[in-house]
Amino acid sequence: MNSITNFLSHFFVTGDPMIYGADVSIVLVTLAIFFVLTYFKKWKWLWQEWLTTTDHKKIGIMYIIAALLMFFRGGVDALMMRTQLALPGMTFLNSDHYNQVFTTHGTIMIIFAAMPFIFGLMNIAVPLQIGARDVAFPFLNAVSFWLFFAGAMLFNLSFVIGGSPDAGWSAYAPYAGTELNPGVGENYYLLAVQISGIGSLATGINFLVTILKMRAPGMTLFKMPMFSWSILITSVIMIFAFPAFTVALALMTVDRIFGGHFFTIASGGSPMLWANLFWFWGHPEVYIVLLPVFGIFSEVIATFAHKTLFGYAIMVWSMVAISLLSFITWLHHFFTMGNTAPVNAFFSISTMLIAIPTGVKIFNWLFTLNKGRIHFTTPMLWALAFIPNFTIGGVTGVMLAMAPADYQYHNSAFLVAHFHSTLIAGTVFGIFCGLHYWWPKMFGYLLDEKRGKWAFWVFMISFNICFMPMYFLGLMGQTRRMYTYPAGLGWGPVNFVITIGAFGMGVGFVIMAYNIIWSALHGKRDTTGDPWDGRTLEWSIPSPAAEYNFATIPTVSTRDAFEAMKEDKRAGKEKAPAAYKPIHMPNNSAIPVVMSAFMFIAGFGFVFWWFWMAIPGVIGVIGCMIARSFVYNDAHLIPVEEIERTERAAGRLS
Amino acid sequence: MQENENQPIRQEHAGFPWKQVIGLLLSLALTFLALWIAVGLSLPVNVTIAIIVALAIFQAFIQLFMFMHVTEGTEPVHQLISILFGIYVAFAVVAGTIWILYAQMG
Repeated sequence: MNSITNFLSHFFVTGDPMIYGADVSIVLVTLAIFFVLTYFKKWKWLWQEWLTTTDHKKIGIMYIIAALLMFFRGGVDALMMRTQLALPGMTFLNSDHYNQVFTTHGTIMIIFAAMPFIFGLMNIAVPLQIGARDVAFPFLNAVSFWLFFAGAMLFNLSFVIGGSPDAGWSAYAPYAGTELNPGVGENYYLLAVQISGIGSLATGINFLVTILKMRAPGMTLFKMPMFSWSILITSVIMIFAFPAFTVALALMTVDRIFGGHFFTIASGGSPMLWANLFWFWGHPEVYIVLLPVFGIFSEVIATFAHKTLFGYAIMVWSMVAISLLSFITWLHHFFTMGNTAPVNAFFSISTMLIAIPTGVKIFNWLFTLNKGRIHFTTPMLWALAFIPNFTIGGVTGVMLAMAPADYQYHNSAFLVAHFHSTLIAGTVFGIFCGLHYWWPKMFGYLLDEKRGKWAFWVFMISFNICFMPMYFLGLMGQTRRMYTYPAGLGWGPVNFVITIGAFGMGVGFVIMAYNIIWSALHGKRDTTGDPWDGRTLEWSIPSPAAEYNFATIPTVSTRDAFEAMKEDKRAGKEKAPAAYKPIHMPNNSAIPVVMSAFMFIAGFGFVFWWFWMAIPGVIGVIGCMIARSFVYNDAHLIPVEEIERTERAAGRLS
Repeated sequence: MQENENQPIRQEHAGFPWKQVIGLLLSLALTFLALWIAVGLSLPVNVTIAIIVALAIFQAFIQLFMFMHVTEGTEPVHQLISILFGIYVAFAVVAGTIWILYAQMG
């Protein structure tokens, strides 16, 4: 009996009232979901329409729902940290708990919120923009989503079962090794990030092939919409950057689970090699979450300035330059680890060089706005706010790139302010911009403009209240990742202002969530499929798009293909629509969701060194792969009558 | 742009996939050979590294030709660009890591 109590008190995280509150709410929410699904008899619907789907639009929506949930979790972590730092000597969190909270905040925001949100938007928009009916590998796409989901759930389990990782999102050795960190927390980090990383790699391959092979006839690479270009280049970066991280995580897993010595201090390991490999992935990762939003802003700015994008070819080549340079700047994350002057000088210069193509893009957006007929819609507001706010983050990045000066800024609140200026003003503004922009295409109604603008202004102003003072706080000497500070240093008032800004951003997020619910009930229907007077092909089809996207595949002859079609129509040169043909579409499959359940079981087993659980999980994953290889008929034909019925219902056929 | 019509990709189930099986066996053999050379033999470190790097390059070619259809496809420029990008990234991580870790200030 004693041993059982002992086991349970280590298995479940105990002793903190906030964790008990979380336990209760997890159980209640789970029960509520089961009750609602059972009461309304929705289990079958959930399984057939969503869990087993291979439709890129539905997978995109699931990515976005999961990412919004993770964004909420990461945001609550941020507010807990800011509450603890609001006043000197606060005792809201103890130091261990604070370490866990900043670790999960960073990991969740980058890996389980920003990336899946971007994957969601690209799943929805890319096939529609290039005139395709699905991605190249729809089954693999579902596998990618479910692997991400399994990883996210495994990671989030850590704070109620076993304990959270506490070595930062960068999990530096040797602190993340078993000697200094004996619990299961870092195991959660390694396994959860590894599982979702496999999904990310597969997504990169999927979208590279989709964009290269499935464009509509006539759409050469240089006639593609800019968002699709940004995803093409992001996919290349993902394919080449993720393997370094996969290897680094695997080596540290060998260290922690099987007693290896790759990153230990003893027995010939090299702790610095972890930092080196981590950032070899970690720096390109910055561009994995930034280039897609550059693409979103390019679409939105061109659409609402009612002009074609300025300097299209230069935009493409600057992204290519960024993709090449992003692989040779990684050392700037550890200038202070005792490198020689030539090493620091090389990486300092390469880091400054990457600012040039980024600056070129900023000017291209400004010239696109120049003399445009600008409509200040909610997505456009996010895009316009991005330009100055992101530029501040970019300029402080060049300051940090100077290796000698970095010895002053390193690990200070100045650095924290810098990367939040790029990741919030860039990535977060971008995903909110894309969410409002493509929402009608996803659901067939618009998000409310008035409430959307409220959310924008509250979030954007609070963002500046939060992070502008933080630069100065860093210069005053406050370092990152410290859980409290004494009153005598004079940091209290600035910290209090920052905390007000952080809660303001929380309010902005809540208003946006309210807007989503309000608009679901009262939102304006999008009956035309083209609510924004769009320029690219996704606006040429009804909202929401039919299962097969395009009843007939369009032929493209210029950039801004849909704008050209509309001009032809105004000039009376509209082409007669082609006759419908049966459409070949992928079948649903239960294998991805089952496989990810086995992956979760295997991951959980490895986290606790329970090989009796891990090995059956791995066998289950392999079994799913074998089962899949015997599926010979994985597609069905949609007959012409059904296409006619669907198009007639959408008002496209009289 | 045949792909765009979403036609089923022509399945080639004719015969046993000898190429893949041979590729798998060769990959396994090369991997265990490298392991044995590093763990089972006590050669000088430089010799061990040279041999396992040579085996790794050999295995990379097996992957490219046996599994990754490097000789197929309609647009060889895609293959060329991705292989060049791969060489660039591999060079960056290997040469960069060696330079960084061996040029530490003492």
